[in-house]
Amino acid sequence: MAEGQIVDDDGFTIAGRRFTSRLIIGTGKYSDYAQNAAAAEAAGAEIVTVAVRRVNLTDPDAPMLMDFLSPEKYTYLPNTAGCFTAADAMRTLRLAREAGGWNLVKLEVLSDQKTLYPDMAETLSAAKELIADGFEVMVYCTDDPVYARKLEDVGCCAIMPLGAPIGSGLGIQNPVNIRLIVEQAQVPVLVDAGVGTASDAAIAMELGCDGVLMNTAIAEAKDPIRMARAMKYAVIAGREAYLAGRMGRKKYADPSSPLAGLI
Amino acid sequence: MMRLVVNGHEKSFDPPMSVAELLAVLGVPSLKVAVELNREIVSKSAYDRTMLEDGDRLEIVNFVGGG
Repeated sequence: MAEGQIVDDDGFTIAGRRFTSRLIIGTGKYSDYAQNAAAAEAAGAEIVTVAVRRVNLTDPDAPMLMDFLSPEKYTYLPNTAGCFTAADAMRTLRLAREAGGWNLVKLEVLSDQKTLYPDMAETLSAAKELIADGFEVMVYCTDDPVYARKLEDVGCCAIMPLGAPIGSGLGIQNPVNIRLIVEQAQVPVLVDAGVGTASDAAIAMELGCDGVLMNTAIAEAKDPIRMARAMKYAVIAGREAYLAGRMGRKKYADPSSPLAGLI
Repeated sequence: MMRLVVNGHEKSFDPPMSVAELLAVLGVPSLKVAVELNREIVSKSAYDRTMLEDGDRLEIVNFVGGG
């Protein structure tokens, strides 16, 4: 490619589906579904994560997510948030498949309430069973390259290591591991969890990730719609910087103005 | 009367009643939910012919906001 000739990012493929937006957003913690829909629009998201929960039988007329974020417009990615065993995760996603009729899912099996850190043994076991049952599994995992490889080996269609604990907003705590996972993976890698602000998303993308998944960073911003827009630009900026290839790091200054011709 | 446990709450209904009829009585839009009857998923196409019995336990779920 000639220098200066910029080819637009044409997105990435998960389980045979092409997505242009590299920003996946959650649908939790918003003040209401209308705000959530406006944030999804501002983020330019094409995929949204959703949870599976009991229908509110005491108020059947309560607003429903589907009425605000249409599954026609957004790819719903059902999650297993709140599941602490492989069996719970399986049960939840089978219900999700029946409710929605799609098989692309986000698997997360957690270990304890305090850290919400993923239980990788249970996650791997659930991933195998889900894939055998015909699911396309995007998997939330630790930033351990060994487990990331095992999850890919059993057939997960995207590897989604945490940047920091869910909802913590601490940013990418172990960029080296994220990069190791990116370098070894043959499937898309997305940082899922830990992003706090736009620069965190840009860092994830600069590390070569294919995308970023976030919820709290947008939903708990003082202006969620504006933060959604900031995240959209951060993901684009980070991706462009990654493709551009950053300059080398130097120990000392290197003047930008020529030394020759100094008066 | 028959007693069903729906989403963890015990409720009484007049038999005979199918899953489709239960959803209608509860005011739940059947296309937007999934139903589990005694831990087994009931496919949407089977709502009409799946009859409920005293003591059945049902879970009726839908998609809500989540991360």
